[in-house]
Amino acid sequence: MRIKQPSVLPGFGLTFGFTTFFLCAIVLLPLAALVIVATSTTWHDFVHLVLSPRALGSYRLSFGASALAATINLVFGFVIAWTLTRYDFPGRKLIDALIDMPFALPTAVSGIALTTVFAQNGWIGRYLEPFGIKVAYTWIGVTVALTLIGMPFAVRSMQPALLEVQRDLEDAAETLGAGRFYVFRRIILPTVLPALLTGFTLAFARAVGEYGSVIFIAGNLPMKTEITPLLIVIRLEEFDYKGAAALGFVMLVISFVVLLTINLLQGWGRRRIIQAAH
Amino acid sequence: MAAAPIPLQEDLASRPGRDTIASHLIRWTFISVSLLFLAGLLFAPLATVFFMALQKGVHAYLHSFADPDTASAIRLTLTTAAVVVPINTLFGLAASWAIAKFEFTGKSFLITVIDLPLAVSPVISGMVYVLLFGLQGWFGSWLQDHDISIIFALPGIMLATMLVTFPYVARELIPLMQQVGNDEEEAAITLGAGGWMTFFRVTLPKVRWGLVYGVILCNARAMGEFGAVSVVSGHIRGLTNTMPLHIEILYNEYNFVGAFAVASLLTLLAVVTLVVKTLVERTGYRRR
Repeated sequence: MRIKQPSVLPGFGLTFGFTTFFLCAIVLLPLAALVIVATSTTWHDFVHLVLSPRALGSYRLSFGASALAATINLVFGFVIAWTLTRYDFPGRKLIDALIDMPFALPTAVSGIALTTVFAQNGWIGRYLEPFGIKVAYTWIGVTVALTLIGMPFAVRSMQPALLEVQRDLEDAAETLGAGRFYVFRRIILPTVLPALLTGFTLAFARAVGEYGSVIFIAGNLPMKTEITPLLIVIRLEEFDYKGAAALGFVMLVISFVVLLTINLLQGWGRRRIIQAAH
Repeated sequence: MAAAPIPLQEDLASRPGRDTIASHLIRWTFISVSLLFLAGLLFAPLATVFFMALQKGVHAYLHSFADPDTASAIRLTLTTAAVVVPINTLFGLAASWAIAKFEFTGKSFLITVIDLPLAVSPVISGMVYVLLFGLQGWFGSWLQDHDISIIFALPGIMLATMLVTFPYVARELIPLMQQVGNDEEEAAITLGAGGWMTFFRVTLPKVRWGLVYGVILCNARAMGEFGAVSVVSGHIRGLTNTMPLHIEILYNEYNFVGAFAVASLLTLLAVVTLVVKTLVERTGYRRR
């Protein structure tokens, strides 16, 4: 590592050294251990561990419910972000501040609270019960929990983009006879599209790894309501380190792909804003 | 002909301006859909926490904190946060100084590595330490020979919490320091101030709100961390149970008043975090 530009400011060696040492000790060394343990098995064993029916069942739930939750957040996150940026109503600022609640609230708390609300005798669960809809201890409950924890990420990435939309363009289009839906499709949507996709991906990324809030509301039945992080915990409790590391490795690779996607989407969004400014 | 202006007038009337019936309808639909969605998903669970905690009265609520295991869980959580948050703050300050004040190769890679724990499942963040320090892990037998316990003990809980929460301070400070620039610092150094003096008297006042913001977020996540701590703690009652883990145990024992009483404390912590965050934003500090 070398400084590219000389600077009069002191402290590069100290701060850079501390930062890299800390990162190596706390992040890179432990993650390297995971990769090494996961890849030290034979290819045949690895495939067997990673593609066992129970693992496949957990991927289906984890990724399926996360994708569904992120889609719900895409729609309702947009509605909430729109409401908070476009309309004034009593309590708007309070609601705006509360959007971050699922982020600040410990996952165990949201887990037991959601389970209580959506249980058969819960405040909401009792009204869904007559329709034969069971939320708690089913995949629907998993989706509800994942929707809650992804919600702030969706809303917060869409809000700034909605503020960027040029109202005078909308007014001009309306004056020229464009209908409401046409204005939305041709002016608003193109401006906020990168933010919508970023919000979706962030909510998805957050949901895939979530553990605390899900294990209370999921029934945790193998093949049915068992998420991948829970399966990792079960493998660790069985002292099956290789099995746990193999599953962890799969999740790690997927996290990297999602992280890369987020970076690409954000880059795309920035380029569009710069192009629009020119 | 008089027919021509009329469509125009109708057009104007149906234009999505402020006062048409349709725009009122849309406006109130958006507001009510938002509020209904948040009511079911967020407000009802929040209210439930306090409703369940107080369902047998204030006395039972307060009595649940007299349980020695609950008291020790609260103590453990406070101890963990008291160690983890200052270390992560120190890291955040060092990382943001190195990244925002200097140009060096591999900078964007460094930023990506700092963000990494946010993308990784908390369960994995806990598991990596089990693989290193667990009984069958790399250093497991060495640690056992020397009678040092990390996993299922306090050091493991602190390490896992540190890994999950360390990006928060750095993430707030890096963009903020990059934005406020180095001119004042360079002036201070040129005028003969030392490095530490420049840091404490020039840089710190410039970024103080971002620092407060990052520290309270880091603290909230540290006290509430469940997945990573759950993997390394071993769930020993009264010994390695943090508040979130104690909630799980009480809940699974059907001690709902006890579970929700502890949960109400963490909910209040989240409320305080949001209040501080709102106050910080009121000073004009905006998150990037």
